[in-house]
Amino acid sequence: MVGIGYEGFPRETPHYSFKELTFEAALKAYEDAGVDPRKDVDSFVVCEEDYWAGWSISDEGAPDQLGGVLRPLHTVSGDGLNGVANAFMQIKTGYFDVVVVEAHSKASDILTYEGILTFAFDPLFYRLLNAHPHFLAGLEMDAFLEDHENTEEDCAEVVRKNRENARHHEAASFGGQTSVQEVMDSEVLFRPLKAAEISPLADGSIVLVLASAEKARELTDQPIWIRGIGWSSDSPWLETRSLAEARYARWAADQAYRMAGLERPRRRVHVAEVDDRFAYKELQHLEALGLAGGNRAGALLREGFYEMKGDLPANPSGGSLGVGNLLEASGLFRVMEIVRQLRGQAGEHQVEGATLGVAQSWRGIPTATGGVAVLEA
Amino acid sequence: MGRKWRGTPLTAADIAEGRVATAEWRPEAKYAWSAGESIGRFLEELQEGHLVGRKCDVDDTVFFPPRSFCQEHFVRAGEFVRLKNTGKVETYSVSYLDTDARRLEEPVYVGVISIDGAAEGMGFMHFLGEVEEKDLAIGMRVKAVWKPKKERMGAVTDILYFKPV
Ligand SMILES: [Zn+2]
Repeated sequence: MVGIGYEGFPRETPHYSFKELTFEAALKAYEDAGVDPRKDVDSFVVCEEDYWAGWSISDEGAPDQLGGVLRPLHTVSGDGLNGVANAFMQIKTGYFDVVVVEAHSKASDILTYEGILTFAFDPLFYRLLNAHPHFLAGLEMDAFLEDHENTEEDCAEVVRKNRENARHHEAASFGGQTSVQEVMDSEVLFRPLKAAEISPLADGSIVLVLASAEKARELTDQPIWIRGIGWSSDSPWLETRSLAEARYARWAADQAYRMAGLERPRRRVHVAEVDDRFAYKELQHLEALGLAGGNRAGALLREGFYEMKGDLPANPSGGSLGVGNLLEASGLFRVMEIVRQLRGQAGEHQVEGATLGVAQSWRGIPTATGGVAVLEA
Repeated sequence: MGRKWRGTPLTAADIAEGRVATAEWRPEAKYAWSAGESIGRFLEELQEGHLVGRKCDVDDTVFFPPRSFCQEHFVRAGEFVRLKNTGKVETYSVSYLDTDARRLEEPVYVGVISIDGAAEGMGFMHFLGEVEEKDLAIGMRVKAVWKPKKERMGAVTDILYFKPV
């Protein structure tokens, strides 16, 4: 990783088109990397979803705001962390030295967020039940709490922690002081899931610049290395996927850790950014990533293990609960935050002395798809 | 009719009258796209009866419609510049069908018009009017015909068509 840039993350960005939003992020990333996209970048990867964009075959609208006209460019209909995996593989072929990855959220352009989510369910089976799409999060949370040693209060604690952390993130929209009791008292929407446990939408674009090892050393004296990367999808059928455990994340982590040669991650990883678009998801993901000593995420949280000053700060950025749900840019945000931490450039939410970090993505309701990247300074 | 297939054929009426199992879903997919700085200004100026472009400061290329950045030099675009509402037909076609593919009584003339003062070939697709089909030609000089001011909405249709000059 040789360059990062973002533009965000307010609740809405009426002054920008999505192209202008992305262009601003790209300018910063290229300046950070010291590259000219028209001369130095060999390939571009854009992660987006037509239905979020409201634009079919939206990849055709991707090149100009990145400086990618008449260059190799492809889109990934998925989270930005999958785009990092694609860029990583392109570089590994030896044909590409510098590859750019972009993902964005222009959630404020979408008037029917729930409608788009519902449209992602199987048309002949689940969709005709015509339930609000977040019912699935309620089902998962219920199964998770039943099977694991965590409580509803632990989930509320995640909201308190992440909103507190977000107070120290320069671009977070939802930082603030919230007590566990306030979360517990917020409206129950999909029992046991409560209103305050659902991350609100935000806008933003994130651009990362990756380079081969040789090129990276040429471009910067502080490259951040991708030691391992993995991704997987559980069964699309709600009845045959695991609702209690995030198996997609466990499988992705196994692949990434194997590549990185990382054993006993809970003792070795200094900082983690994991998907927390619903509060229980953070605990579920920490457990799947082997960062919770089995099923003990809630207990460790209560002991302060995941706090900013704890042994393994989880979501020091504030995560999606504090910064906002960035749709397909959510995973790329987490990768960028780990890069900032390992460079020592995370500002007021810097984790002291962090040199090994893990970023994890989930594609959100109704998917069981996720990715994991292990990064090292 | 050629080969006879075995089985029971389905008719449109079978589906319409619910004699076979079907599922129907109408997606809720609504958006309010932000036009952004350049296209936003462009649409506002259209309502006032003006065409504006925007400059790349590197080589003074004038984008029309205006863009916020240059895709060649990858820099933020510079000043907005007001352009004349005249131009040249780059290419045209005569459409005999409407959007439902029904034959039109009067064909529609559609052209790509490069706007005077904008970069080579930059302009927009619009209707051609006040012209006979036999007089249409590539390279023809044309001028915008605007809707009355109170009917303009800040849309490309604030121009009715381009006519020969
Ligand atoms: Zn230029």
